[in-house]
Amino acid sequence: MNEMGGGGEEVVALLPELLLLAGAVLGLLVGLWTPQRRQVRVGVLAVLFCLASAVAAAVALTEPDETVFDGTWVIDTTTGVVRIAVAISTAVAVVLCSSAFAGHARETEVYVLMMLGSIGAIALAASGDLLMLVAGYLLASVPLYALVGFVKDARGVEATLKYYLMGAFVGVLMLVGVAALILAGGASGYEELASALPNASVALVAVGVLGVLAGVGFKAGAVPVHFWIPDVAAGTAPAVAAFITTVPKIGAVAAAFRLLAEPFADAPVDAPLLVAIIAAASMTLGNLAAFAQTELLRLLAYSTISQVGYLFMVVAVAARTDLAEPALVIYLTGYAITNLGAFAAVAALPGVSTIADWAAAARERRWLVVSLVVCLLGLVGTPPTAVFVGKLAVFIATADGAMAWLVVVAAVNTVASLFYYLRWVAPAAETTSSTGPVTTVMRVPLVTVHAAAVGSLLLGLGAGAWLTFTAG
Amino acid sequence: MLLTVVVLLPLAVAVVLMALPRIPDRVASWAWVAASAVDLALVAWMWWRFDPGAGIAFDVKVRWIPTVDASYHVGVDGLSLPLIAMTTVLFLACAVWSLREQHRPRAHAALFLFLQTACLGTFAALDLILFFVFFDLTIVGMYFVIAGWGHGNRRRSALKFFLYTFVGSLALLVGFIGLFLGSDERTFDMVRLADNPPLQGAPVAGGLVLLAIGIGLGVKTPVFPFHTWLPDAHTDAPAAGSAILAGVLLKLGTYGFVRIAMPMLPEAWRDWAMVIVVVGVVSVVWGAFVALAQQDFKRMVAYTSVNHMGYILLGLGAAGLVGPADDDARTIATVGAVVQMVSHGLLTGALFLLSGVLWSRGGTYAFDRWGGLARPAPVFAACLAVAAFGSLGLPGLSAFIAEFQIFTGALQATPVATVIAVTGILVTAGLFLLALQRLLAGPTTAPASAANPGGLVDVNRREVIAIVPLLALSLVIGLLPRVLLDVVEPAAELVTDLVAR
Repeated sequence: MNEMGGGGEEVVALLPELLLLAGAVLGLLVGLWTPQRRQVRVGVLAVLFCLASAVAAAVALTEPDETVFDGTWVIDTTTGVVRIAVAISTAVAVVLCSSAFAGHARETEVYVLMMLGSIGAIALAASGDLLMLVAGYLLASVPLYALVGFVKDARGVEATLKYYLMGAFVGVLMLVGVAALILAGGASGYEELASALPNASVALVAVGVLGVLAGVGFKAGAVPVHFWIPDVAAGTAPAVAAFITTVPKIGAVAAAFRLLAEPFADAPVDAPLLVAIIAAASMTLGNLAAFAQTELLRLLAYSTISQVGYLFMVVAVAARTDLAEPALVIYLTGYAITNLGAFAAVAALPGVSTIADWAAAARERRWLVVSLVVCLLGLVGTPPTAVFVGKLAVFIATADGAMAWLVVVAAVNTVASLFYYLRWVAPAAETTSSTGPVTTVMRVPLVTVHAAAVGSLLLGLGAGAWLTFTAG
Repeated sequence: MLLTVVVLLPLAVAVVLMALPRIPDRVASWAWVAASAVDLALVAWMWWRFDPGAGIAFDVKVRWIPTVDASYHVGVDGLSLPLIAMTTVLFLACAVWSLREQHRPRAHAALFLFLQTACLGTFAALDLILFFVFFDLTIVGMYFVIAGWGHGNRRRSALKFFLYTFVGSLALLVGFIGLFLGSDERTFDMVRLADNPPLQGAPVAGGLVLLAIGIGLGVKTPVFPFHTWLPDAHTDAPAAGSAILAGVLLKLGTYGFVRIAMPMLPEAWRDWAMVIVVVGVVSVVWGAFVALAQQDFKRMVAYTSVNHMGYILLGLGAAGLVGPADDDARTIATVGAVVQMVSHGLLTGALFLLSGVLWSRGGTYAFDRWGGLARPAPVFAACLAVAAFGSLGLPGLSAFIAEFQIFTGALQATPVATVIAVTGILVTAGLFLLALQRLLAGPTTAPASAANPGGLVDVNRREVIAIVPLLALSLVIGLLPRVLLDVVEPAAELVTDLVAR
């Protein structure tokens, strides 16, 4: 382990992350020497590196699990799936931004910040050590602070400030939690903690679990540290909002899953129950708050909060059932695709912010409406979309993990969520009444919506193949 | 393979209709008719080849989600084949009916074709998850039918329909997960679950799972007290949508009881059979009396559906009362319930299409706006009379065969409940006769409608072609019931045996 050769081999294991990093650095350099109106070539570069990273991750997924750098970086199915999902989601977000920020004075920086944030998301998911988790938290946060306030308008600045202050505060909580766990278990690695925590002081472990879960909960946007999401989503461009509500969430949920599966599995506090309560609160409050929204981005923001609730269900039973990991895999990927599609639907009609305006602007564009319906019903969990399979798998895993009450709560919430998704679908599907000027439609986001809808259906129908691939 | 073609053909045509640009509206409408006709021909071929004694036929199984052993598994037996046939007949009738659809005919045709795939898929599914997928898609399809082509307060009715039935479908999903987790083999495959029923010897867990599945199917059926979405949805739905909703979608609920609840939870079904009987009888009586009070023809027909579905529950519940009844009686009750599903689909489908005639001529279903229609519209009057008499259980039509068997089978098991349910027949007879009297007899009155200045026009050829075959089939089943019973009986016998385990 201490030999130089060993270190070199281990670096190769990080190829997907290195490709993302190389994309960010190269992108910055190329951007410096590129005229402003041609900066889209940096976006192309970023997309290429993201796709290369996804391919590298897919290849790594077929190889056996390993841990590198003294157990601080775990490469297993969860990491592999997060790598693929993050890389592809980042590519999609870059594509969306290339139309939203075309010709912007700092177009390159958008792409570079996204690439860096995506590495942070993967770091969260892959970390097998609390200190690495903190590093991942910072890497997944700092670039995004800059992204949120990128346009420097009033709402963006307010959102950034809120996001930053809350992120800094929760970061401190997380550090306290990490310190408490190290104090209690005498180590920071997950494996050592898993064996040490069962005999450790309950009070210290409780503080530690609370603090660390606050950190990953913040990145995932779970209740009660979710307040930043609606402001951030509504304060930035839809393309950036799509990225922030997808990529860091994936990493954070995977991080929480790993925490519950390993160090907290036999801890003297009931971490699964705590996570289950967070899950129930997230889906319920997210749904209740979404009811009254008329602004699309805020509606979607609250929808992502409720989606995190469903994802945390499987986190709660991470250590209790073998069905948890496939459920996480399918729900994470399904959520990423569908959520990107929904935000792209907003981005497709620029200058439109409310449900009524969107419906008016989307008339005569029946394919856009059809794809939106597929994406939104996908978020509800209507078959045969990917999130349906994910929800099914999550429900099964949760019931198998002896939390049938949580399944009932989730089922009730799924019905409740139908209200606000249909509030958007119904006027959009109605094309007869509206009259008014025909607004332009952005081609790139439009294609993205269609791709997301098709992808959601394909992943739903091909769920078996995807699960077999990730398990192999 | 043939069954897969039958199920997916309508969807394929729907995709083509939506994808190809600039298809003329007339072509789209005729493409729907053609697709439904081909589907019906294929089902007729399947019926011809089907051997009732051989169990499940035409089955195909392809792995879908291996981690939870869910698969694309379809097949037909004596329970599903009659319903599949009824579904294709009714969709063809609706296709003919909608040939003159004015409002976005292409999307209308595509939506109904999508709905047809979803309905056929639910009946053909032999995997719980596949069943749920198609079951849920029928809700989505019907939501857009009501919201897009309905009238009156259609958006609200569509939302109410969606929410109610979606609650039901999620309860169903929870129940399915209970079945999965309770099974020894951890599978969603219906055949294997029926062979080796889960949760035997666990009355509490089995009862809870049956409760979840019962709520899920009961909302869809609908039985008292989950029926309140039905009249609103029907009142505001277009005629073809109502015909499908009542004729096919309600059967998904009752079919689920026979296909899923009874074979897979035999112990719980026996334990709670009396509750199911009571729910059935309450639905019978409640539906009949509320229908009697309606001032609107379509709402009245909608409530009679609650009544007719109640008979099915009575029959199926009686099939679970193993102690007091012998096997023959329970089989007769089950057969009656399945025949009632087919019969109700044909007759109520016809009644809703006939109500569509009223709407297209005068824009209202209210009894006090119409009267004396027998003189200006004799064909309409004749069709309405046949459908109404069929629906009230006149011998010679299909509903008689169904209800007679249900009562015969249930009488031994639960005499009191059966006698109460028979009074439901009396009330239904009264209300249908009253409706005929109000609409057909007396001096001719019709709403003065701007859309139809010429006054009253009898049913046209298109409407006759859509409605009369439904009534004719009901008559065939009423006069030659063996055609249907030979197919249903072996499968029903198997179900009653499974319940008795």
